[in-house]
Amino acid sequence: MSTRLATGGRLLNKARAVAFNFNKTAMKGFEGDTLALALLANDQMLIGRSFKYHRPRGLVASGAEEPNGLVNMGQGGKFEPNQRVTTTELFDGLTAESQNHWPSLEFDVGAVNAKLSRFMPAGFYYKMFIHPRPLWKHVYEPIIRAAAGLGKAPKDLDADTYEHFYAFCDVLVIGAGVAGLQAAKSAASSGAKVLLLEQNAHLGGRAPVDGGQINDQSADEFITTITAELAAMENVTIRTRTMGSGVYDHGYVLGYERLTDHAPDLAGPRHRLWRIRAGHIVTATGAIERPLSFAGNDIPGVMLAGAVRDYAVNYGVSIGDRTVVVTNNDDAYRTAITLKHAGLDVPVILDARVLATDSALVAQAKALGIRVLMGHAISSVQGGKRVTGVSVCSQAGEGSVLEEITCDVVAMSGGWSPVVHLWSHCGGKLTWDDAQAHFRPDPSRAPTGDKGQAFVTCAGSANGEMGLAEIMADADAAGKAAATAMGFKPKTQQAPSAVTVAEAAMMPVWLMPQGAGYKLRSKTWLDYQNDVKVSDVQLAAQEGFESVEHAKRYTTLGMATDQGKLSNINGLAILSDALNQPIPQTGTTTFRPPYTPISMGSVGGEARGHVFQPVRRTPMYDWHDENGADWEPVGQWRRPYAYVRDGETVHDAVMRETKNTREALGILDASTLGKLIVKGADAGKFLDMLYTNMMSTLKVGKCRYGLMCNENGFLSDDGVVARIDDDTFLCHTTTGGAETIHGHMEEWLQTEWWDWDVYVANVTEQYAQVAVVGPNARTALERLGGMDVSAESLGFMEWADGTLGGFDVRVYRISFSGELSYEIAVPASQGQAFWDALMAVGADLGAMPYGTECLHILRAEKGFIMIGDETDGTVIPQDLGLGWAISKKKEDYLGKRAQEREHMASSERWKLVGLETVDGSTLPDGAYAVGEGTNANGQRNMIGRVTSSYHSPNLNKGIAMGLVLHGPDRMGEVITFPGTDGKNYEAKIVSPIFYDPEGEKPNV
Amino acid sequence: MLILTCPCCGVTAEETEFHAGGEAHLKRFGPGSDNADFENYLFMRENPKGVHFERWRHNNGCGKWFYAARCTMTLEVFGTYLAQTYEPPADLCAKISAKRPGWSWGRFS
Repeated sequence: MSTRLATGGRLLNKARAVAFNFNKTAMKGFEGDTLALALLANDQMLIGRSFKYHRPRGLVASGAEEPNGLVNMGQGGKFEPNQRVTTTELFDGLTAESQNHWPSLEFDVGAVNAKLSRFMPAGFYYKMFIHPRPLWKHVYEPIIRAAAGLGKAPKDLDADTYEHFYAFCDVLVIGAGVAGLQAAKSAASSGAKVLLLEQNAHLGGRAPVDGGQINDQSADEFITTITAELAAMENVTIRTRTMGSGVYDHGYVLGYERLTDHAPDLAGPRHRLWRIRAGHIVTATGAIERPLSFAGNDIPGVMLAGAVRDYAVNYGVSIGDRTVVVTNNDDAYRTAITLKHAGLDVPVILDARVLATDSALVAQAKALGIRVLMGHAISSVQGGKRVTGVSVCSQAGEGSVLEEITCDVVAMSGGWSPVVHLWSHCGGKLTWDDAQAHFRPDPSRAPTGDKGQAFVTCAGSANGEMGLAEIMADADAAGKAAATAMGFKPKTQQAPSAVTVAEAAMMPVWLMPQGAGYKLRSKTWLDYQNDVKVSDVQLAAQEGFESVEHAKRYTTLGMATDQGKLSNINGLAILSDALNQPIPQTGTTTFRPPYTPISMGSVGGEARGHVFQPVRRTPMYDWHDENGADWEPVGQWRRPYAYVRDGETVHDAVMRETKNTREALGILDASTLGKLIVKGADAGKFLDMLYTNMMSTLKVGKCRYGLMCNENGFLSDDGVVARIDDDTFLCHTTTGGAETIHGHMEEWLQTEWWDWDVYVANVTEQYAQVAVVGPNARTALERLGGMDVSAESLGFMEWADGTLGGFDVRVYRISFSGELSYEIAVPASQGQAFWDALMAVGADLGAMPYGTECLHILRAEKGFIMIGDETDGTVIPQDLGLGWAISKKKEDYLGKRAQEREHMASSERWKLVGLETVDGSTLPDGAYAVGEGTNANGQRNMIGRVTSSYHSPNLNKGIAMGLVLHGPDRMGEVITFPGTDGKNYEAKIVSPIFYDPEGEKPNV
Repeated sequence: MLILTCPCCGVTAEETEFHAGGEAHLKRFGPGSDNADFENYLFMRENPKGVHFERWRHNNGCGKWFYAARCTMTLEVFGTYLAQTYEPPADLCAKISAKRPGWSWGRFS
């Protein structure tokens, strides 16, 4: 069983016990523990179940590369799935639950999948569930979805807060092992501003576990010394619990700081996303040990040799009493020696190599009385939920068992791979190192910055240097190089001295034993979390998935939450072998940020709730809010959809407002409409290019409705243009369009017609604008008094400046409702006062505010189009019967040439018509009309669609507009719209103008 | 995230302060142009692995459009220049030639 040792545990504070809860069982650990260690100290070897076969899973690794140790953490608003136990610091009151099993971790029904594993190879789901097709949607998909996913999805709103942090530095060092610490010191000696990030809570990395002397100090002493030196330097900032998550263009780096994960009672944000702009980056991210591929290498108790050593030295935890070490290199001997020194039994070291002479570490192990079998391997591991023993065979053979050895731990080492992720994120290339059988950074092909300069340097084992002396020299050089690259002069101090223990060469071992048959290979795991075995990768190659990216996606190798940190190189090697090509030719899959998963909360930062994006409010916003506004977002604006009174539904309110506006007096807050001033000697000429109709001929004092298209010919915005004086126009845009159209104008003025004398200013927010609509509109304005608003003085489509009720106003006599209507602009600061004055004089005239839905119904009754309803980016004005608004005289306007294209001029384009249901009901918005025959996919042919649909209280029936094939030529014809509710809606094609077809109402 | 310098106001800033606006130096074809020219103008774009000329707008700054010459492979920015021109400045072309001998892009080289 796994237990706490009497000695060891350099990271623990054994004076302080910490209570936590796993699967509803109370347990105890020490301050300094990770959850992984606290579980092991409580003999909780079984921690989860694998994704596909529900195999029992225990810990394999001790860091971010751990594939199995994932748990559901916390409760309620603090619940989070898939938390990695090896990187979760223990705290008082922590609660965690294991994942992916039913009904319990110990007894999981899903484990039957493992018995069927022979019938569930790579690509199983693709092959099995494709036929018969209809079963996918209703049978297969629901079952697979229910079974998929490891952790549970959180149900409650995240109770924590998060923040973003901006930082700038000359040199950013990522990773504070001995290499990172040294690189930071060497860079900082030049005076450069240095930021050092470490993902763990402690500095120093693995060196204290691996041993060795630096500057004649132990690793622990060296770390203490150099940390103090760095802390004393004003130009150095050190952040622990902060991971370098991703390296992006031109030295942009994301750091992920976990502020309160280890102490949830601390005030402040939980995570902080560092948005760092670094001049030069040193990645000292270390190396990750590789598993060996032998049958049963996924049984709980089979762990990386380095992790077994970490656990013993850092946390004083023994995984078991008898540990078999299996290796292809010298490093794993350190684990055997460490365990032996801790008083534990190491019955045998199985070394796949055959060494001519014993290296120092081999000799040391032998001197301790450990049995060493050269050229030997594991044929298979025995055990179910826990290792019980191993069968020993020759590495060179096919797995014939030579000996059975009882043990409860297998410590394996297949060599070490540098963590090259951050180097690779922004284009750094790798080179294959034959001697160490790993990919390492190729310094001649570094990521490049804005001036073409290399901006990342790797240091230490992340750079492929595995000996302590080489690591320290490399780190010193990297730090100095980084500072030099930034124009600083590093001090010419000596690199720290260290002695590397000479190691015998490792031997690549990708399969153990090398001739393992199918039976063994199908029990040999590569990806522990996603259940990918050696046999699966071989099958993928056999079925033609030869590209490493294809093989990855077909088998799911490396697609688990650990993103292949353990499994990728082993998988690449198996694939290369199956394809009979060298590993570098196979290459790696693409390294993408983040290095390990980061919380969605940190990505969002402060931007949630009301600060997610700014809300734009008109000057009358508060009045609307106090008077029952049912708010509708329109771009960043909030507009009242309707003003709901006590006892009314929203629909009731809309109906009331719509009837009242036609019969008495409606008041609309139209302040959100875009208002752009276009001024200059060439303003008319410019607007002639932007609008489809002629604007340069508009007389001062007059208004004209205009359509704007993009260069593709598609309708993009509309609105009324007023000519203020000879060289000044005011262009109204749609509510959402002001900034876009302003940008559109600037783009053409700056990049195409830069020699034209035109200036554009967006004055949308300078004015409050109020539409006064309905038969009583003129009476209301006359009561305010101050200017002549009679039909004779201010005709339809004219504007005038003046005063009304003492307010300075500009009155536009324009109508989007088909009623007598004035739109009145006042300075924004007087908007509310003017609104109040209007309401007061209109009280006995039936004055009533109306919202956007009423506005929509009024315009639909008139057949007026709405950008975004009748248009969707594929509609041209000609489709909408707006030919009258397109000038035939102009040689050119934006979109004119495109509208001459064959497809745009085709008579087969769907055209705007009105639609009226046969029974008076309301057509479903967006419904499609079906015609005769079927298309190539056997679906009914479509002949049109509904673009707007409402119930009109004035006409007391459903009215709609739609685009229909040959629509204007089919007046009176009834066509069918199948609804998503299964019903068929029959609608007659009619004119889109339902109300006042002669247009007499506004013209009084 | 790129770093760019606005040639109009001189500010060097993060990419989030700018907005990318597609290929630079398009020649507009309007009414009367033949189908092939118009198709090229409206739809066909350079997609180089290497030297590229793009339009950017300093939309969260001075609001001006400008052009940038950069390498799509290495992300090196060779230079930025004002948009009121029909071709890249000669000194910038010379600078690119020194770094990428034999480059060509559209009608420029």
